[in-house]
Amino acid sequence: MTDNINILIASSNAKRQSAERSFRVYGIFAIILSLSFLFIMIGSIGLRGATAFKQSFVQIEMEIPSDKIDADNIKRARFGKLLKAALRDSFPDLKSRKEKKQLYKLISSNAEYSIRDQVLQSPEIIGTKAKFWVRASSDVDMYLKGYIDTNIPEDQRRISDLQLSWIGKFQDAGQIESRFNTRFFLGGDSREPEQAGILGAVIGSALSLLVCFLIAFPLGVFAAVYLEEFAPKGKLSRVIEININNLAAVPSIVFGLLGLAIFLNFFNLPRSTPLVGGMVLALMTLPTIIIASRAALRAVPPSIRQAAIGLGASKVQTTFHHVIPLAMPGMLTGSIIGMAQALGETAPLLMIGMVAFIVDVPQGITDAATALPVQIFLWADSPERGFLEKTSAAILVLLVFLIVMNLVAIILRRRLEKRW
Amino acid sequence: MRKLSRREIDMSLTKSAITATTSALALLAFAHVANARDQINIVGSSTVFPFSTTVAERFGNNTDFKTPVVESTGSGGGLKLFCSGIGENTPDITNASRRIKASEVELCAKNDVKEIIEVKIGFDGIVLANSRTADIINLTRKDIFLALAKNVPDGEGKTKPNPYKTWAEVNSELPAIKIEVLGPPPTSGTRDAFVELAMEGGCKKVDWIKAMKKSDKQAYKTLCHTIREDGAFVEAGENDNLIVQKLEVNPNAFGIFGYSFLDQNSDKVQGSMVGDVEPTFENIADGAYPISRSLFFYVKKAHIGVIPGIEEFLEEFMSEDASGEDGYLADKGLIPMTEDEAEEWKSQISNLENLAL
Repeated sequence: MTDNINILIASSNAKRQSAERSFRVYGIFAIILSLSFLFIMIGSIGLRGATAFKQSFVQIEMEIPSDKIDADNIKRARFGKLLKAALRDSFPDLKSRKEKKQLYKLISSNAEYSIRDQVLQSPEIIGTKAKFWVRASSDVDMYLKGYIDTNIPEDQRRISDLQLSWIGKFQDAGQIESRFNTRFFLGGDSREPEQAGILGAVIGSALSLLVCFLIAFPLGVFAAVYLEEFAPKGKLSRVIEININNLAAVPSIVFGLLGLAIFLNFFNLPRSTPLVGGMVLALMTLPTIIIASRAALRAVPPSIRQAAIGLGASKVQTTFHHVIPLAMPGMLTGSIIGMAQALGETAPLLMIGMVAFIVDVPQGITDAATALPVQIFLWADSPERGFLEKTSAAILVLLVFLIVMNLVAIILRRRLEKRW
Repeated sequence: MRKLSRREIDMSLTKSAITATTSALALLAFAHVANARDQINIVGSSTVFPFSTTVAERFGNNTDFKTPVVESTGSGGGLKLFCSGIGENTPDITNASRRIKASEVELCAKNDVKEIIEVKIGFDGIVLANSRTADIINLTRKDIFLALAKNVPDGEGKTKPNPYKTWAEVNSELPAIKIEVLGPPPTSGTRDAFVELAMEGGCKKVDWIKAMKKSDKQAYKTLCHTIREDGAFVEAGENDNLIVQKLEVNPNAFGIFGYSFLDQNSDKVQGSMVGDVEPTFENIADGAYPISRSLFFYVKKAHIGVIPGIEEFLEEFMSEDASGEDGYLADKGLIPMTEDEAEEWKSQISNLENLAL
């Protein structure tokens, strides 16, 4: 009899153990597979985006004649002609218009403005001959980064043999340098890839999230506190709960439409601003925050409440002095996760005009602004080849932004968390 | 001691939540009295977007005005916003890759937008391109229609569902490769123009269909404008870069996009000839290439003088530096008008003449 049972146990044991082993193998396999996907994704974006952090500069020697540039009105002065003349001076044997045009295309079409800004900073160089480092045009930059294949016929590439020979001469003379692209981090958007920066979008996203947090967090927390601690449990509160859960799953574009109808058309708030963007994102994250906050409140042991009430605290005192502080880490984590979700949204912003080309870096919540994912979308959609690397670099910036937000969530939770 | 300080942190957090709400409400109240808009607001066509933004950036750099905000909403969406009324909350300018329709002018007038200035900025060619590794083909518009329409004539004055699988079946001079065309979705202005210029252009070449235009316009439109849905035409989304990438890996496929993308990617893709004409800058400019359209933008006259910088922006856009033959917009792929036509438009615009359809 016992033998039989032993055999039974032994055979079922083998079965159970093999099931356990294979389950572990599946688990490890799933993790390896998702890790490798993540690795491939970030790796390919990183490889493509890494070159965007460097930018080629060309050194141009240029006379700043005091009779053409008015020292009192530098901002208005047009440096374009002087720059073209300086370029022609470096290659004096050019005659045809076409060749000259090709020459001008070596440097960024916005180079005249960067020279203007340099002169503005040090007006004493007016009347002298000075050396300026200006951005190379995107085509030249792409060539120097190895994105243009020079083996294909000349008429099929965006850089001609003549231009290649000029670049060679500049290189021999040490007049081409690859530098860290500070403008990418400190500038606004531009139509010229070599000039485009991400700061406007980063600030736009930050401002929108700030508005979103200021509205959604207090509203969400108070709604959750009321629903969890004060509201009578009945049919009505169940209906509200179900509706909040459903709202969390509504496609984000719907909130954009709502924002368009209410904030823009009814309240006449300004279009394309982080104020309205943040309000729409707040509508979107509110359900997430309420749900997370309620879960956090529910996780506070009832003994805390009972003890407080037992010592004579009122319901409000119990909630605000004891329950909310204990639930705060969970609430904050939930809110930050909701906001991280909001950071990646473009659809609701489309309806309220934040999918736009905006050069000026926003100074406040009522200035026109765009957001990081929108900037990625706009660059990915641009015809210029130079925007390919910018797109990947912008994705990296977005990822860093997300990681920072999640880090804040983790740190806050660690600092505030209490254990029983 | 340590516990107490934590407690204090928690308390202050609760308090800060309350302050946050108050400040959020204050913020809302203040936003309402935000100062008048001092930045030009432009909406409209995604085809005109690259040109409009380039001018906007230059304008911001060259003048003391703020850089205009340019949104890409599509031609139809832009006109709808534009015509929604007068005031700072409505756009000042809308871009369009087609001319404004009479119905849209009516909508505008209904909402008090009665004076509109029309500006033509140049042309854009729509190309059918394939990978550099394949051969250039020479199509007629009729070939394009027969290859891509949902229903095609059956040779007996009736229509049948499109039976053609390869280009050679459409026209024996074309290569015997599978018909595979990547194009923009119906929301795109490029698609509208392609359907109108290439498909309808080819459709009209069949005599009985041409006659049908007079007798039954609706049926004529349906026949000429409906693109096949059996997989030979793939809607590739609005992202033209994606189409270029797909063409690179599949030499048998063709893609439909604007000339500016061909211009920027000439090392990877080549434009097919249409009616023996290559899609080059010169051919589109002089009208020899058949699939090209005019690009416009529309300005709300009531906003001139209210929103600062509109007149100056117009000036910048129409300057030789911008939309001239050697202007910076030509570098971006815009095909400029002939000098005579440009002069005519310039005088109209500097007089701020109203749109007349």
